[in-house]
Amino acid sequence: MTASHAFIVIPSRGETLAHPVIQSRVMPRRVAIFVTCIVDQLFPNAGMAMVDVLERLGLEVEFREAQTCCAQPAFNSGYQREARAVARHFVDTFDGAETIVVPSGSCTSMITHHYADLFAHDPVALARVDALTPRVFEFSQFLLSLPNLDSLGARFPHKITYHDSCHALRELGLKDAPRRLLGMVKDLELVEMEAAEECCGFGGTFSVKFAQISGAMARTKVDSILQTGASHVVSLDSSCLMQLRGALSRGGHKVETLHLAEVLASRG
Amino acid sequence: MSAPETAIRKTLADANLQLAIYNNTGRFKENRRRAVAPDQLPEYEDLRTRAAAIKRHTLSFLDVYLLQLESAVEDSGGKVIWASTGEEAADFIVKLAKEREANLIVKSKSMTSEEIHLNDRLAHHELEAVETDLGEYILQLAGQRPFHIVAPAIHMTRNDVADIFTEKLGIEHDTVIENQAMTARRVLREKFLSAGIGITGANFLLADSGAVVIVENEGNARLTHSAPKVHVAIAGIEKVIPRARDLAVFLDLLGRSASGQALTSYTSIVTGPRRQGELDGPEEFYLVLLDAGRTKLLADPEQRESLQCIRCGACLNACPVYRKIGGHNYPWVYSGPIGKVITPSFQGKEKDTWLPFASSLCGACAEVCPVKIDIPGLLLKLRKELVTANPADRSAFQVWAWLMRRPGMYALAARIGRSLMGFNIGPLAAWRSERDLPAAPRKSFRELWKERKK
Repeated sequence: MTASHAFIVIPSRGETLAHPVIQSRVMPRRVAIFVTCIVDQLFPNAGMAMVDVLERLGLEVEFREAQTCCAQPAFNSGYQREARAVARHFVDTFDGAETIVVPSGSCTSMITHHYADLFAHDPVALARVDALTPRVFEFSQFLLSLPNLDSLGARFPHKITYHDSCHALRELGLKDAPRRLLGMVKDLELVEMEAAEECCGFGGTFSVKFAQISGAMARTKVDSILQTGASHVVSLDSSCLMQLRGALSRGGHKVETLHLAEVLASRG
Repeated sequence: MSAPETAIRKTLADANLQLAIYNNTGRFKENRRRAVAPDQLPEYEDLRTRAAAIKRHTLSFLDVYLLQLESAVEDSGGKVIWASTGEEAADFIVKLAKEREANLIVKSKSMTSEEIHLNDRLAHHELEAVETDLGEYILQLAGQRPFHIVAPAIHMTRNDVADIFTEKLGIEHDTVIENQAMTARRVLREKFLSAGIGITGANFLLADSGAVVIVENEGNARLTHSAPKVHVAIAGIEKVIPRARDLAVFLDLLGRSASGQALTSYTSIVTGPRRQGELDGPEEFYLVLLDAGRTKLLADPEQRESLQCIRCGACLNACPVYRKIGGHNYPWVYSGPIGKVITPSFQGKEKDTWLPFASSLCGACAEVCPVKIDIPGLLLKLRKELVTANPADRSAFQVWAWLMRRPGMYALAARIGRSLMGFNIGPLAAWRSERDLPAAPRKSFRELWKERKK
């Protein structure tokens, strides 16, 4: 018995990864920033550093005060209705913004990769989301989209290692972008750790609901960081850095954590 | 049910076990990475796309392919047994064993048989089923279930094995791995020669030819299906693929994803029993096709994608949670990320509700899946279904969502929240149980921004 096979294949969502960095030919004049709730409340210096870097490039930075959170905590916990309400608030807040820059891979990915899921059954909202998401950039992604960026005037005379945060790496495809930016920093030495791509164990509410597992994951990451002999661990997500900082400090280690923006804003 | 915290704590505190899990999965993970790297397999991404497409297509027309498979198996002289439950599958094997007066059964590695506790069911009828995969054999002696989908005894050291052999086989304590393998070989050779029935699993079933495909590294599956007079293959209905030529796609992916091998040491493609004039092979061949929850999963549009799984175990090796808690802290025989998504569907979503939440959603599993199952996406969908059972949590998120739409209230609540960070209560205490919490900054970004603009 034989059969002919007409392959009926429906591609699954998110099957093709958008090119992580698309270089623009025009220099924007003005950007809106979404500082994320974690940066706003716990790591304001990372937010200020991002503003500093953007302004030094001659950009006018706009902070819309109605902004709060991207809705990820509710979305990842399974509360779709609550997440949808907060996502709607985000879309309203950034209405009309040409370019939105976010100092977090995770929050960026929530907006660019998951908002569409939230509004799959609401064509009107979905159209607004689809119009918004191409204008949302993670910070390093945005910098590298600028035409002819070759220097940021940064100097950071230290040995650092870089932590790939999961959503930046796997959902946004940002492996080289942050490293290219670090490569532009004067006197900076980047030493790769073996477990660079392994999760730090944060995972939002996972970090407290499964604290033991989360802590064990962080310690594995810390071991890998320590093996490099770096004085600083750098990432583009403050949530990962909070986890790593907590574990480093609990282990009595002197390694410091810094957001990528803080390194790029540094003049040594 | 909540997570087995005490057992997890014990696993995390066992330094030797932690090392065994982390190093062994790490080796598999690294081997896989190298085996699918562009210099080794430039068409890897195309193969994944193709494999996922074949699986999706087959699942969409599963009824057609299963009937085609049945008629092809019958054409080659075998017989298909449709088993709705594990019990029905076991009943068939028990009846067959009684009829053939086969009290000894040899088995090669099969997660499907583990899933339905086949050995226990057979033992209940005084039938001795002997596992012949080395890892499975060790576990059978130790009375444990597989720790890992493809490497069942990954958690055991050579010392553990020596202890078990001494205790169960009454031989001298010997920690040399080669000697241990020789011991198993000696014991198992006799079993192969005297067993009346050989039971194997199946990695793939070919609808166009009725063949059962088994991949392995030890040669024990080959002996299991060819030495005894009767061969019974047991497989879930999702194992069917349309054509023999589709196999090329999967064989390129399976060994590489599982252990980094371009091809496993043995690949058996078995079509029916021994024919007239042939020298080898069993006299009878039966294919037990098991449902046991699969059709229910197929009917669930949100979760059916998990039926694409080819059980390579790559997601386990990539998973930072599995690499900490190991296989035995998961509630069912399938552990790791894939276990996390299929256990609720098979065992009941109301049971073990903690499972889909025990993930940082890092996505390492989806990244390595050869058939592109979006495991984090499936976990999110399960979470969405499960939250209704947690009213206190729901209320908290309702309040949160209310605040997040009112920037002034949010800023105020956050300021109060920051001032409370020094207290050791609720989530703050849970956080501090494992790591330090940074001191709250005096001012938020929005406060700094306002000052700056003045």
